[in-house]
Amino acid sequence: MRSLGKFGPYGGLFVAEILVPALEALEVAYDEARADPSFQEELDRLLADYAGRPTPLFFARRVSETMKTKVYLKREDLLHGGAHKTNNTLGQGLLAQRMGKRKLIAETGAGQHGVATAMVGALLGMDVTIFMGAKDVERQKPNVERMKLFGAEVRPVHSGAATLKEAINETLRYWTEHVRDTFYVFGTVAGPHPYPTIVRDFQRVIGTEARAQILAREGRLPTAVMACVGGGSNAMGIFHPFIEDADVRLIGVEPGGLGIATGHHGATLSHGRVGCLHGSLSYVLQDAEGQIQEAHSISAGLDYPGVGPEHAFLKDSGRAEYVSVTDDEAVAACRWLAEQEGILPALESSHALAYLRQCANTFGPEDVVVLNVSGRGDKDLASIIAQGAHGSGSGLGSGSGLGSGSGSGSSSVSGGPRGVTP
Amino acid sequence: MNRIEAAVEKARARNEGLLMPFVVLGDPDPETSDAIIDAILKAEPDILEFGFAFSDPPADGPVIQAADRRALRAGMTVDRAFRSLARVRAKSDRPIALLIYYNLILNRGVDAFYAQAAEVGVDAVLVADVPVDEAAVTVKAAKAHGVLPIFIVSELTTDERLQSILEVADGYLYLVARIGVTGAQTLFDEQLASVIARIRHRTSLPILAGFGISTPDHVRAVLNAGADGAICGSALVQKIQQNMHTRARMLFEVEAFCRKMKDASKKTR
Ligand SMILES: Cc1ncc(COP(=O)(O)O)c(C=O)c1O
Repeated sequence: MRSLGKFGPYGGLFVAEILVPALEALEVAYDEARADPSFQEELDRLLADYAGRPTPLFFARRVSETMKTKVYLKREDLLHGGAHKTNNTLGQGLLAQRMGKRKLIAETGAGQHGVATAMVGALLGMDVTIFMGAKDVERQKPNVERMKLFGAEVRPVHSGAATLKEAINETLRYWTEHVRDTFYVFGTVAGPHPYPTIVRDFQRVIGTEARAQILAREGRLPTAVMACVGGGSNAMGIFHPFIEDADVRLIGVEPGGLGIATGHHGATLSHGRVGCLHGSLSYVLQDAEGQIQEAHSISAGLDYPGVGPEHAFLKDSGRAEYVSVTDDEAVAACRWLAEQEGILPALESSHALAYLRQCANTFGPEDVVVLNVSGRGDKDLASIIAQGAHGSGSGLGSGSGLGSGSGSGSSSVSGGPRGVTP
Repeated sequence: MNRIEAAVEKARARNEGLLMPFVVLGDPDPETSDAIIDAILKAEPDILEFGFAFSDPPADGPVIQAADRRALRAGMTVDRAFRSLARVRAKSDRPIALLIYYNLILNRGVDAFYAQAAEVGVDAVLVADVPVDEAAVTVKAAKAHGVLPIFIVSELTTDERLQSILEVADGYLYLVARIGVTGAQTLFDEQLASVIARIRHRTSLPILAGFGISTPDHVRAVLNAGADGAICGSALVQKIQQNMHTRARMLFEVEAFCRKMKDASKKTR
């Protein structure tokens, strides 16, 4: 390898020997693609004409009035496919094409990455096989149907908790057996080098656009940038172009599940320990023995006990802050945005909104918050309706959903110091 | 001379191949696992290889995954695994190799893990998800405690990678006889012979071939292709899985299978 892709002590290349030559080839192909202006041109053209970039930065007037601070929503929910995942799959699809591969495989949790890979497979005329936990197949049915319509084969994975972690294990196994002719389209900024770097670079477009858009609208940088964190790709995509802007707070919101105290959550950065999972060193939810624990989140895309290594680095350095909100708080925030602005966010993205509601009182009327709406919520209708009794909590200035029973006290700030900026 | 070198010399002197059976410590439960190891020992294998059960083993196929799950469900722990190893060492002088995932080592502390491994009489450790590129930390700890660092090679390993592997590998090379995860079905072809020849050209380390070796014919095939020995994991673990309800039968099948495979390793040259 030319590099081991380290972010401080995190990242690296912790995979079976058989996979290393494929990762080496990927690293070389990506370096060459990056140096080739025609690659970026083709990607930019597809991002614009096929996927609909740039996505808008929307000033959410009613939300801003309620929160008493200026809130802008980065509308990745409007991207073709319904989530930010398309930014990455178009990039990796073109990379696969460059490498002469005709078969794509991918893991998926919420199904958004699976859908985005299947779309690109259809677009570029490649075979696509998607591995998806059986539990996620169940709770994200519309996305399973969409993948099939795009011509992909969806393989349910039944082992363990049958969610994203097992889907990644199974995709890694399949790749190990078919590594000669198959390209693994990894869906987030985790996994072995070079994936955390490649996926971040393809997702940076979110932050690059948002930074220019907010400067144009407000003539200033935002006070804070907020995003949900599963594996971490939408958050890294919007954070990264702001990292050098030391006064901009970067806030990642993890899934608090049923509440941190219950142990049923996916708040890896806030409550995990350093370990090795799926090819890189990072924070991991694990027991005292070093066995990986099952995560829990109502949102399939966040239901993962690992997290991208660059987030681990940003946490340790204090450059970014990581917090969590519960399932109920996320669902309430989802309904709330639907009522307030006529936008139905994905349950993943709703985690960031829920935290905004909790911390809004720390911002003033002149502050500016940019929040990444990483995807749209159509896929989650069944889960949202099943939680119908809880309501949006819109009568409350801030805090958790009405009658959610989990209490906003279960949300906690951890990670970097709150006071990166006053 | 370390135990592995001694085993290799002994086999070479007898003009035999080596057989290295593999089971997961604690499968199907810690106590039965100890009895299984005793059954394996009766077949007089040349090297023993033991896995530490891990929740997320992406380099393993369904058979070994299931073994890991059985062991963990039965309460297997790293401490208990070390106790099993100490028990084996007390009764046998055969070389012991471990196959383990990195997170279990990290969780103990890398140096502490290798110290404990050495203390209970482990001779060699292969970390399934630490390729040579990331191996500085584990190799340093292994060498500090007199444990041999084992590395995997395959036909996909370029000469350049092979060179860096050979700079740190010791004991033997674990050759993936077939590209895939453990336990997959196999065709051993001329390609294997040419890979072995390519490796031989560069090292005097013994070459043990594994992945998909499930019959005596497979053992003979990899030895004929030039390997020094055969590693048999999933097919052996399957004997455990298939006899979960009758312990006596399970132990009988395990021993009989190891004997058959060991016999095959004798009649090749
Ligand atoms: C809409 C949406 N947001 C967020 C995520 C979480 O992934 P990441 O943290 O990589 O952005 C997913 C994953 O499926 C998703 O579909």
